[in-house]
Amino acid sequence: MCTTCGCGGEARLEHQPHSHAHPDQGPARPGRRRISLEQSLLAKNDALAALNRQAFLARGILALNLVSSPGSGKTTLLEQTILRLRGRVPVVVIEGDQQTSQDADRIRAAGAPAIQINTGKGCHLDAHMVGHAFESLAPAEGTVLMIENVGNLVCPAAFDLGEAHKVVILSVTEGEDKPLKYPDMFAAADLMLLNKVDLLPHVRFDMERCLGYARRVNPAMEVLRVSAQSGEGLEGWIHWIEAHRPSLQKA
Amino acid sequence: MHELSLMEGLVQGIQEEALHQKFTRVHHVRLEVGRLAGVEVEALRFAFGPATEGTLMEGAHLEILERPGQGVCQACGQEVEVETRFDLCPVCGEGFVAITSGTELRVKDLDVD
Ligand SMILES: Nc1nc2c(ncn2[C@@H]2O[C@H](COP(=O)(O)OP(=O)(O)OP(=O)(O)O)[C@@H](O)[C@H]2O)c(=O)[nH]1
Ligand SMILES: [Mg+2]
Ligand SMILES: [Zn+2]
Ligand SMILES: [Zn+2]
Repeated sequence: MCTTCGCGGEARLEHQPHSHAHPDQGPARPGRRRISLEQSLLAKNDALAALNRQAFLARGILALNLVSSPGSGKTTLLEQTILRLRGRVPVVVIEGDQQTSQDADRIRAAGAPAIQINTGKGCHLDAHMVGHAFESLAPAEGTVLMIENVGNLVCPAAFDLGEAHKVVILSVTEGEDKPLKYPDMFAAADLMLLNKVDLLPHVRFDMERCLGYARRVNPAMEVLRVSAQSGEGLEGWIHWIEAHRPSLQKA
Repeated sequence: MHELSLMEGLVQGIQEEALHQKFTRVHHVRLEVGRLAGVEVEALRFAFGPATEGTLMEGAHLEILERPGQGVCQACGQEVEVETRFDLCPVCGEGFVAITSGTELRVKDLDVD
């Protein structure tokens, strides 16, 4: 039986919904009645996320959940981050995609261990998948765990993975209105990376308006302007990561 | 869309509850869904059939109680109702609204036997 989540030992990374047999007809049961539950639909995920969070903290691991629409530059940003942290800070990556392991291959080529989770039709990672991927990566103490979520600005907002922070990546080619169109995601993030700023001369993108929308949805969110391609602004992102690493809890 | 995973989460939660509270059949489910919960009520209804098929909830009646979005204006301090997370205060017209409720996404109660 799976020790973390009790899922019956199916320590596999492809996600399939758990199925359970009908509970058997127990001993004498009362008739029709109303049961008050007051239970979140996300209760199961939230409980597993809390376990993940405990496991990360106990090993001094900074876990970041990277969310964005498809193609905003998450994997490119991770490749560049790995290069810049090499030799100083260990990094491991969990890659979520509906299909293919191309992103995980890119991460390994950049020099960090990676696990690919294919969600199939699933449009987001959940805490259960991440818990198992984390177990099999078994990262050293003090590692930075980067989780690249499925490219989707809607669904990943609802599913806590146990991360310390959600980081939303918005590229300037997507338009400045995204914080208002996908407010739940921007409200859930602690940091926004505004990527592809090297393209600003070539696209119509109203920076001030974008920042205003972002503030309106989430006044507390930090913003960094970066280009994963040219390297502009990446030192700020690297500092941010280093500043948010937890100190190891002494036993 | 994640409404199907949410409904699968609902079924899992209720299956566990069924073991504790000893019921084998669910007739009626009441959900509370806030306007700011980030889900489509229609998509939830649509997902209910496939998610409950072959379980103790198959055929149950799904009732969804929609809850309004509410918050406090950061400028004038009024308690106001909002449609989105980023509505400006409808009273003073300029304050950001700090959300206080409307993100509910939970099972309220069940009729079972
Ligand atoms: N000009 C420019 N292009 C970029 C930048 N960052 C990424 N790209 C390009 O954007 C495209 C998508 O980049 P990826 O890193 O694969 O994006 P992703 O978010 O990981 O994509 P998915 O995993 O498919 O959602 C690639 O062609 C990158 O080369 C940037 O800062 N500037
Ligand atoms: Mg990618
Ligand atoms: Zn498991
Ligand atoms: Zn006001």
